Amino acid sequence: MKLEKKIFEIVFHARGGQGAKTAAELLAQAALAEGKFVQAFPDFGPERTGAPMKTFVRVSAEPILTHEPVVDPDMVVILDETLLGTIEVTKNLDENEAMIVNTTSDREAVRQKTGYAGNVYPIDATGLSLEIVGEPRPNTAILGKMVKISEIVKLENLVDVFREKYTGKIGSEKTEKNIRAIEEAYDSL
Amino acid sequence: MINKNKNLALTGGAAAAEALKQINPDVMPVYPITPQTPIIETFAKFVADGEADTEMIEVESEHSAMSAAVGAQAAGVRAMTASSSQGILLMAEILPIAAGMRLPILMLVSARAISAPINIHCDHQDVMFVRDSGWIQIFSENAQEVYDNVFISLRLAEKVRLPAMVIMDGFTTSHSVENIEILENSAARSFVSEYQMKNSLLDFENPKTFGPVSLPNSYFEFKRQQIEAMDGVIGEIGGIFEEFRNISERTYDIFEEYKIDDAERVIVVAGSTAGTAKSAVDELREQGEKVGLLKIKLFRPFPHKQIAEALKNVKKIAVLDRTVSFGSQAPLYMEILNSLSKLHITNYKLQSFIYGLGGREILKEDIKKVFVGLEKDEAEGIRYIGLK
Repeated sequence: MKLEKKIFEIVFHARGGQGAKTAAELLAQAALAEGKFVQAFPDFGPERTGAPMKTFVRVSAEPILTHEPVVDPDMVVILDETLLGTIEVTKNLDENEAMIVNTTSDREAVRQKTGYAGNVYPIDATGLSLEIVGEPRPNTAILGKMVKISEIVKLENLVDVFREKYTGKIGSEKTEKNIRAIEEAYDSL
Repeated sequence: MINKNKNLALTGGAAAAEALKQINPDVMPVYPITPQTPIIETFAKFVADGEADTEMIEVESEHSAMSAAVGAQAAGVRAMTASSSQGILLMAEILPIAAGMRLPILMLVSARAISAPINIHCDHQDVMFVRDSGWIQIFSENAQEVYDNVFISLRLAEKVRLPAMVIMDGFTTSHSVENIEILENSAARSFVSEYQMKNSLLDFENPKTFGPVSLPNSYFEFKRQQIEAMDGVIGEIGGIFEEFRNISERTYDIFEEYKIDDAERVIVVAGSTAGTAKSAVDELREQGEKVGLLKIKLFRPFPHKQIAEALKNVKKIAVLDRTVSFGSQAPLYMEILNSLSKLHITNYKLQSFIYGLGGREILKEDIKKVFVGLEKDEAEGIRYIGLK
C-alpha cells in the first residue's frame, strides 16, 4: 500500500487516554518534516478517560482544502481491541484498504469479530511496549506498524520527530525505549 | 526539505498563539476555563518560558477580561484576549464600550454554539450575537488564515481605532493540526511595529477623558464618528493586505472569489466550511459543472457593494449560515440579499441554508447536494443541511 490517492486518510479508534491524538499528531509532524500537507484532529466530543473516541489524520502531497471529518478512510487503526464488535470500525473501509489492530488475537479472529474480510494487520502493541518500555503505551508502538503498511512517511522521519518532541518530556532513556518499540513493531511480521 | 523554523503543523489555536508571541502584546487579561481554547494555554506557556514578556492577568470572569483589556488599552498599550461561546456573551456588555471608546483591542475567537442546551461545539452563534457591538469581524478558513489575520487585523484595528475579532471555527480550526508557514520574527515585528497610541489616558501632557456621560446633545455624534470609522475599514485594509503580501507572499482580499468567473451556481459561506466547499467545487468542476464559491472574510464591516459586483452575473446563489436568527432570516443571507438589492436586478435565485449548528458535521457531499438543489430549483424558504 502506498500513498497513491491524492489524500491518504486514516481513522484511529481508541479509548480516551490511550494516546490516539498523540499518535495522530506524531504522524502529522513526521509527514510535515517530509514537506507533505497534513491534518490531524479528533472527532470532538466530551473527552472522558476510557470512553470510545476517534481521531483523524490526512496526509497529502497537495494542500488539503476540506475540513470534513474522515468519512471514507484508507486505513483504520484500532488501539483497543475491546472496541471490536462494539462500535462500527469498518465503515467505508474497502477490502483493498487496511485495518491495523492492537491485539493478541490473530488475523482470522479479528476478521470474525469485525466482519472485515480485507487486509487485517494484528499487532500486540501493548505487549511490545510493556516488554520494551515497561509501560502500556500502544499508541507509539503501533505507529511502527502503520508506517510499514501505509508507507505514508519514512520510519526514520517518524523516529526523528519522536526523539525531538519527547526527549525533553520523558528523558532520553524512555524515549529510546519507545523508539525501539516503534522499530520492533515496524519489523514485526 | 522544509524550513523547520518556518513550516509548522499547529492547531489553529496554537497558530494564533504563535502570532501573539511574535507581536508580544503588553497585556493579556484572560479567564482560562471552559469554554476556552489552546490559544491561552499555548500563549501562557510562551510567557512562562520567557518567549514573550506580556503581562498576563488572570481575572475572575470574561466580563472582567474585557474590562481589564479596556483599561489597559486606554492606558496606551496593546491589550488582547481570547474567548468563545458563553464567554463572549458574558463580555457582551463591555464589547460596545471598547468600540465606543475607540480602543483597538484584538480578540481571538473560536466560534462556538451558545446555551441552552449546553454545547461546546462549532457554530457562529456567538460571534453573530455580538455582530452589532461595533467590532471589526474577520473570519478565517484555516490555521494559516488565523495566523495571518492576527497580524492584518491588529494593523487594521490600530489604523481605524476600532477593536477587532479574529474568528476561527471552534474545534474544526482551533483544535485541528494543519500546516502553517510563519513569518520571520523580524518581518513580523516590523510589520506591526512599536505601538504608539494616538490618544492615551496616561498622556499627562495632553490629558483625555474616556467614556464620559454624553447626553442627547452629543451622543448621536459620537455614534456617527464610530460609523465613519467602521466605514473607513474597507479603504484601509487593501494597503495592509498589500504590505502583508510583500512579507508573506500570501494574497488576501476582503472576500475570496473561488472559480466564480463563469459560474452559474455559487455558494456563499464563511469559516472552515469554505475549504470543504472548495473541494466540492473542484470535484464538480472536473465534471464540467459551472459552480463556484464566494468565501466571506470581512463580516463587519460588510462589503455590500464589492460583493454585489462579484455576484452580478451569477443566476443561482446559496447562502450557508452557521447560525440562526429566530423569527427572521439568517444574518449572512440578509447581507447577501442586501448586497444584491443594490444591483436592481431580479432574475436571480437566492436560497438560504442553515447548517452545522452545535457542531453538526458538514460534509463535502452535503455541499454538492446544495449545488444540485440550486440546479433543480427546489422550493423557496430556509433549508436545513444535515437536520435529522
